[in-house]
This record gives sequence, C-alpha cells and structure tokens, in this order.
Amino acid sequence: MSVAALRGWTPSIAKPSVLPGFGLTFGFAVSYLSLIVLIPLAVLVWRASALGIDGIWRVATTPRVLAALQVSFFISAAAALVNVVFGAIVAWVLVRYDFPGKRIFDAAVDLPFALPTAVAGIALASLYATNGWIGALFAPWGIKIAFTPLGIFIALVFIGLPFVVRTVQPVLQDFEREVEEASATLGAGRGQTVFRVVLPALVPALLTGGALAFARAVGEYGSVIFIAGNMPFVSEIAPLLIVTRLEEFDYAGASAIATVMLVISFAALLAINSIQAFSRRRFGHA
Amino acid sequence: MPDGVFGEGRLVRWTLIALAVGFLVLFLVLPLLAVFTEALRRGAEAFFASFDDADTQAAIRLTLLVAAIAVPLNLVFGLSAAWAIAKFEFPGKSVLISLIDLPFSVSPVVSGLVYVLLFGAKGLLGPLVDDWDFKIIFAVPGIVLATIFVTFPFIAREVIPLMQEQGTADEEAALTLGASGFRTFLTVTLPNVRWALLYGVLLCNARAMGEFGAVSVVSGHIRGLTNTMPLQVEILYNEYNFVAAFAVASLLAGLALVTLGAKSLLEWRHGDALFPARRH
Repeated sequence: MSVAALRGWTPSIAKPSVLPGFGLTFGFAVSYLSLIVLIPLAVLVWRASALGIDGIWRVATTPRVLAALQVSFFISAAAALVNVVFGAIVAWVLVRYDFPGKRIFDAAVDLPFALPTAVAGIALASLYATNGWIGALFAPWGIKIAFTPLGIFIALVFIGLPFVVRTVQPVLQDFEREVEEASATLGAGRGQTVFRVVLPALVPALLTGGALAFARAVGEYGSVIFIAGNMPFVSEIAPLLIVTRLEEFDYAGASAIATVMLVISFAALLAINSIQAFSRRRFGHA
Repeated sequence: MPDGVFGEGRLVRWTLIALAVGFLVLFLVLPLLAVFTEALRRGAEAFFASFDDADTQAAIRLTLLVAAIAVPLNLVFGLSAAWAIAKFEFPGKSVLISLIDLPFSVSPVVSGLVYVLLFGAKGLLGPLVDDWDFKIIFAVPGIVLATIFVTFPFIAREVIPLMQEQGTADEEAALTLGASGFRTFLTVTLPNVRWALLYGVLLCNARAMGEFGAVSVVSGHIRGLTNTMPLQVEILYNEYNFVAAFAVASLLAGLALVTLGAKSLLEWRHGDALFPARRH
C-alpha cells in the first residue's frame, strides 16, 4: 500500500500531466544549471559585494582601470555602429539580390561564430601588421593598424559581424513587398520607399543586432589581445586587465572589474529585451 | 525586377553588392586565407613538421578530451531541460529559459574567473580542494568546467523551441498505446528533434574545441599538460614560431569550415525540421 501511495504522490510543481519524467529532468536541469552557472556567478557577486559599492567604485575609477573600461566601451560602440551599417547592407543584398557565390557568402557570415578567437586574432594581426597584406598598404601613409586601438577596432568589427546580419535577415525576408508596392503606387520614389517605409520596420532588428554585437565586443578577449598591442592607458582592454589582476593574485580587483563588465552586459541585454518588447507591440515581430 | 520605383536601379544594386561582398571579403575571406597561407609559408614539409612536436600533440589530445566530456554533458542537460520545459507547465518557466542563456552574455574571461574564485588557491573552496589533494584550477578539471560553462546554452537553445513547437500529442499517443516513458522518449521524441540536436552539437563542439579566453584563465599554460589547441597557438605565436602557430590554427580553421559547411547543409536540407516557427 505504501508503494502505491508513493507512486500516486508526485512531489511536482508542474501541472498534472500523463507524461512521466518531470521530476527527473527538471531536477537534473536545475541542479546542473546551478552547479555550473548560477553558483559560480553568485560567488563572483559575493566576492565583489565584500568590497561594497564604494570599493568597486574605487577600483573602477583608478586611472588604469578607467582607461581600460573606456577603451573597451568606446571601441566596442564604434565597431557595433560599423556593423549596423554594413550588416544592414549585407542583409539587404543577401535577401533581395542574386549574384554569383551568394550562398557561400551567406554561409560565411557565421565564420566569426565558428572560428576560434585565437585563430582570428593571429590571422588579423598578421594581415594588419606593417608587413601584412593590408597593413603594408597603409604603412607608407604612416598609418599603423595592428598594435594600436585601430587594431582592436578591426578585431571587434570581425567578432560582431554576424549579429546584425542574422537579426535583420529574417525580418527583411518576412517584410511584405505589397507595402513597398503600395508606397510606390502612392507616388513615392524608390529612395523614399526604402528610407521611410522599409527602414523604420528594420530599426528594432538593427538596434537588437547592434546591442548584441556591442555586448559581445565588450567581453571579447581572444581575437583582440593579439592585435591590440596591450599598452596600458592606450590599447589595454578591460578583459585583459582582469587577467592581469588574476596573475597578480589580486582577486578582489579582478572581481570588481568583472562586476562592472557584468553590469554593462546586463544593461545591454535589458536594452535588447525592451527593444524586442516594443517591436512586438509595434510591428508584431521581434 | 523593374528599375525605378519598385526596385533599385542597376547601378545602385551593383554598388550595394560590391560594398557587401567587399566587406565580407575584407573581414572574413582574407583572415581565413591568411591562416592557410602563413601555415604553408615554408612549404608542406615545415607544415607537417609542426605536428611532430610532443607538446602540440598533447594539446590536440587535450582538446579532443575536453570536447568529449563537455559536449555529451551539455547534450544530456539540453535534452533534460527541453523535456521539462517543453512537455510540462510550471511556474518560473520563462525565468529558467533566460537563465540558460546567461553564459552567452558573460565575457569568456569572467567565465574563467568565476571558477578561479571558487576553486583557486585563494578561492572559496580552494582549501577544501587542496585537502583532498585534487587540482581543479591550473589542471584539466578546471578546463573542462570552463568549457562546459561557455558552451552551456548551445544545445538547449536549439532543442527547447523545437520541442515546444511539437507539443505533447505524439508522446501521449505512444503512452496510450502502452509504451514506457523511456521508450516513448527514445522512439518518439528523439527522432522528432534529431536534426536540431545535431545542429546544436555541431555549434557546441566548435566552441568547445576553440574556446580561448575562459580556458586561458584557468589553464595555467603548463606545456604538455594543460594547453589546449588554442592555447598552444598562442604560445607558439608568442615564441615567433609562426609556421607552427598557424599550422595548429589551420586545423582549428578547418574545423570551423567543416562546422559551417555541415551547418549550412542542415539548414538547407532540414530547415523546416530545424526552425518550424521561422518558416511558413
């Protein structure tokens, strides 16, 4: 009787269902999530909170940390902006036009997701060094790209490239051509139709893609350190400074910088969610 | 497409194509070409000689080992999470879904840092780990943990939306016909999501083998012991051993190309089975 009673009793927070296995799968998923992700992140927050807000502030505003955060923040924003402009053009061309090799270029857009960042880093460094294929073109003009902030910019454009293309592409695909035709019939020129009818509908996707590219760029490490030169106050990014602090066994300093970066990326995430919520209300798609 | 009001003129069209292709060649094709050119700069013999090195071979073995642990674990997690989320209704479901994506918004360096804070010499559990004479940080377990962390969402996020889309009718039918829960999962649910599963595994594996930042923080860079392939690339490069660095890098680039090829093939052949919501 007790066995039957036990079987009948399901210690479940789920609504009753004929399907079995909720307790097992839910329990495993939540335990694994907690052990691998939540508890370790909580330890970081706990470490940082030991410093207190003013402690974190003090670390974050020391000149070297502030400089690194500024380098990371501003160059990531610039790279995201370039990706918004070119990502829109690439998405437009891939969705609307036919040209030889289109399929291959479409598949290639995901390369920055698939190529290990260290490989991208050394490849970009060798291309943009003064004796590299591209660096050599600029060297006679006295423009150095690798081992300057410009090199960081190049790496961050590379790493953020797929985000805008892949968020804009599906929206553009679903965009109804009838709307454009209506606009044309009502007397709008092609330029007016594109910029006043199509583009506004793409704005949420462009912003989302840009924010995703920015969030990724702020945290990026592998592809940047090879091409950056890593000079404190000039071309040192925040993630590299975390590594430096760790190598000096300054755990508190590393945690403080990491916390500031977490806040930045969560702010970006929050912005993305609000954009998508707005877009669902306004256009009926994310 | 007629020129003028309904579409762009020839000139505009080809200017845009040229801009897009130029941008992609500059940022995607050239770096890829550079990897293979630099690897073969001193000829095929020097390229193959790069793999004669014991440390490089150890790095390749370690990378394979780490992926062989991390990918199956994340696969089991992805399936468990998808089963619980897609087949049942419970409070807090959307929170759980967003928590699964959390590792994507964390810098790789921070992903490594959290484990150092937990298990490192001055970490929270450091003394405990020391007492057991077990090494996590600057050892293989730390590398595996950091890799699991950064590849955590890949499989789950492909399978969850698909299983949600498919609902529970198939499974209910199987159960009604007398199949056990496990048999239903194996013969009904799993075949329904197999392409999405493969898709997620491909992406998860590529990232697991290529992860640099998180692994770099926890590895300690001990030659022949805790260097994965990306870390070996860094070491060789910093020693100005460019041919060897790019030779190892070309293996990883080859993996990336195979991943992209397989991914495109899956999207092309099984797109409907992968993203039902995205198609009509």
